[in-house]
Amino acid sequence: MDTLQTSRRGFLKSGTGAALSIGFALPLAGLSGRLDAATPFSPNAFLRIGSDGQVTVICGSAEMGQGVLTAIPMLVAEELDADWKTVRVEQAPVDKAYNNPMFQMQATGGSTTVRAFWEPMRQAGAAAREMLVAAAAAQWKVPAAECRTEAGQVIHKSGKKLGYGTLTAAAAQLPVPATPVLKDPKDFRILGKRTRRLDTPGKLNGSAKYGIDAQVPGMLVAVMARAPQPGAKPAKVDDSKAKAVKGVRQVITIPSGVAVLADGYWAAKKGRDALAIDWDLGAAKDLSSAKVSAMLAEGAGEPDAVAVDLGNTKDAAATGAKSVDATYEAPYLAHACMEPMNCTAWVQGDSVEIWVGTQSQGPNQGILSQVASVTPAKVKVNTLMLGGGFGRRFAPDFTIDATLLSKISGKPVKLIYSREDDMAAGFFRPASVTKFEAVLDSQGRPTMLKAGVGSPSIMAASGFMKIPDNGVDTFAMEGIADHPYDIANQRLAYGRKEPGPQVWFWRSVGHSQNIFFIESFIDELAAAARQDPYEYRRALLGKQPRYRGVLELAAQKAGWGSPLPAGVFRGIAVAQSFGSYVAEVAEVSIGADGTPKVHRVVAAVDCGMTVNPMTIERQIEGAIVYGLSAALYGRISFKDGRVEQGNFNDYPVLRMNEMPKVEVHIVPSTEKPGGIGEPGTPPIAPAVANAIFAATAKRLRSLPFDTAQLKKA
Amino acid sequence: MVTLNVNGKAKSVDAEADTPLLWVLRENLQLTGTKFGCGMALCGACTVHLDGKPVRSCSTPISAAAGKKITTIEGVGATRTGKAVQAAWAKIDVPQCGYCQSGQIMSACALLAEKKAPTDGDIDGAMSGNICRCGTYNEIRAAIKDASVTLVKGA
Repeated sequence: MDTLQTSRRGFLKSGTGAALSIGFALPLAGLSGRLDAATPFSPNAFLRIGSDGQVTVICGSAEMGQGVLTAIPMLVAEELDADWKTVRVEQAPVDKAYNNPMFQMQATGGSTTVRAFWEPMRQAGAAAREMLVAAAAAQWKVPAAECRTEAGQVIHKSGKKLGYGTLTAAAAQLPVPATPVLKDPKDFRILGKRTRRLDTPGKLNGSAKYGIDAQVPGMLVAVMARAPQPGAKPAKVDDSKAKAVKGVRQVITIPSGVAVLADGYWAAKKGRDALAIDWDLGAAKDLSSAKVSAMLAEGAGEPDAVAVDLGNTKDAAATGAKSVDATYEAPYLAHACMEPMNCTAWVQGDSVEIWVGTQSQGPNQGILSQVASVTPAKVKVNTLMLGGGFGRRFAPDFTIDATLLSKISGKPVKLIYSREDDMAAGFFRPASVTKFEAVLDSQGRPTMLKAGVGSPSIMAASGFMKIPDNGVDTFAMEGIADHPYDIANQRLAYGRKEPGPQVWFWRSVGHSQNIFFIESFIDELAAAARQDPYEYRRALLGKQPRYRGVLELAAQKAGWGSPLPAGVFRGIAVAQSFGSYVAEVAEVSIGADGTPKVHRVVAAVDCGMTVNPMTIERQIEGAIVYGLSAALYGRISFKDGRVEQGNFNDYPVLRMNEMPKVEVHIVPSTEKPGGIGEPGTPPIAPAVANAIFAATAKRLRSLPFDTAQLKKA
Repeated sequence: MVTLNVNGKAKSVDAEADTPLLWVLRENLQLTGTKFGCGMALCGACTVHLDGKPVRSCSTPISAAAGKKITTIEGVGATRTGKAVQAAWAKIDVPQCGYCQSGQIMSACALLAEKKAPTDGDIDGAMSGNICRCGTYNEIRAAIKDASVTLVKGA
């Protein structure tokens, strides 16, 4: 694939010669989109086959590194029996045909793409295959049942062969089968095979186009001084110095901040830095991290929304042999995608066009139609590559800002947030304080578990979700409310508190902090019971074969219990998220200055049937790095209402010299596919914390790890 | 007007002398393979070569680049080292989101041009200024070693 282009543009360019295209509306109730001979290249399509045999798969999900531009074509190609070498991929425009069936909107997140499109994409390929077979059989005047397909050819039992490209014109005249027969997974030739990514070549020579690379003739570049808190207003703006910067064209105040529009980024950034703004922070002006902690601790202490109420925690507390209590805390986090948020927008009359790397192509169409007062059909979203997403690019702040600036200026505008404005102005992983109480019986087994989670609500902040009637924000409790351990009496509850900063989805969402909490606390229970933390978990997972499967595989591959070099210790953790099960064993030593060094991580993953094992390995590895950066360094803190971090100097992330060896082992499975973009993140922080405990007998209950506590005296 | 030598060609650009090379490459010359990440030489996404040495173009004013040979990701494949590195990156299939990879490749090329068979310590030293949020560090290390084999063989 050389460059990404929308399918309509691709169609216009390659609109000669016969081609077969298959389209249908989702959610799928069979293949409903009958081919229309007059419009054989409908953009409402997932697949196009050229008369040269070229197979083009059109992907409605956004590529942010997670591999969808390869996974979606693999799904189609498998059932089509395509020759993989002839398969290319295009990014889809916004159309309801590309709605993610798990979201009912065209959006990419929640590790859903393979889960949501596993069947629809295979059906698209299978339907095309049946039509090609029927076309070949008709040409040969033989029964279709005497034909098979392989690598882009229909093959008759006599040995006659026809390439797909020669059959497209005839196949396009045939009815689309309503219920194409899907392969038995044991016959897969492409799915489950390690496959190089289709988007790699352009990422090695600078030709891949990301949102920030969009070029529109006559555009201005905008850099903003973004409001430091949601709702903060610029009480006084002095833009005289900004306007004096050579190349600055206009200064515009919009609800989210003050923008400087210039001929290029450098002039716009100089202009932005020359703005003098008195911000009215409103209620947020006294916000500090200490206040956040106190508020959340209050929520954790008196949680009123009960997610799980099992047995009788009071009686269990009275009859236990030993009790264990602990309070954990995790901070707000920024996503810190490599590519700062940006969007190029052009509002012209009654239409809007944007060029952007976004996880929410569909919702943006609706949102921007309101921003610019045009009909949704008049908003064209061009999806370019995303330089990282991690949930941050699900938010529409940068598309709204760019659209407003274009509308007001009358020019095409490329808005680029500076790294500092990107980091400081919101959309954080929520902070959380969580209190646990547990009671063990005389054998050390837990008979009671209580959890109180004090945290803000992503559902309330999202703008498109509602907290359920029981008051439990699903994201605030996930990983704790659905923990797998066999404990008879439980009360797991949520105490919503809203300190103010804008919260948002962050790779693995609630699991990112909750699995640290509960997998550390389970380790505490094992220690209190004087049992091996691996064996302790194993015993409590008797009814959970998939958890137990990954736990045992990770332990076995890591050589759990075998000797390690002097000073190196192991920790283990296990979690399920997004339909996939992951266990990780971390090998850690502690430097004299207290700095933990992670030498190796052994991960086992059960994500059901696999599409591309190479992507699975890389996503688990990358998710470990993401979680490890947060565990070691990640913290967004507040002082006087403002974020204290701004760039990679004060918001450090893992670098090459700190990178552990990572091994990923995949459990063979015939279960339906689980997600893979996020599930590797949750277990790493507790696996490392548990290894630190093994090394030092110190239990670190806050993130990021306070290494001062580990300093050798 | 400032004249820059970019990927072997002389280019005249109309830009202020303090403008970082990054923005001149991206905006004046439309060479968008070099990426903006932090603006403070902290992440390495903007790495290019000046006379073969890796520099952070976000913090290098064009006044400091004039008169030197500038090589970007678009041009590095013309060198023997660049070709070997890109081939190794393709073989290992290194990128995920790919945004940092231009800078990673430029840093790796500078390392290998200096030292055909770098040790792990050399790799740490040369590559720790380049952040990858997708976490492809082990694949980058493997690709550098793979390219090293090619380059040593060819010596």
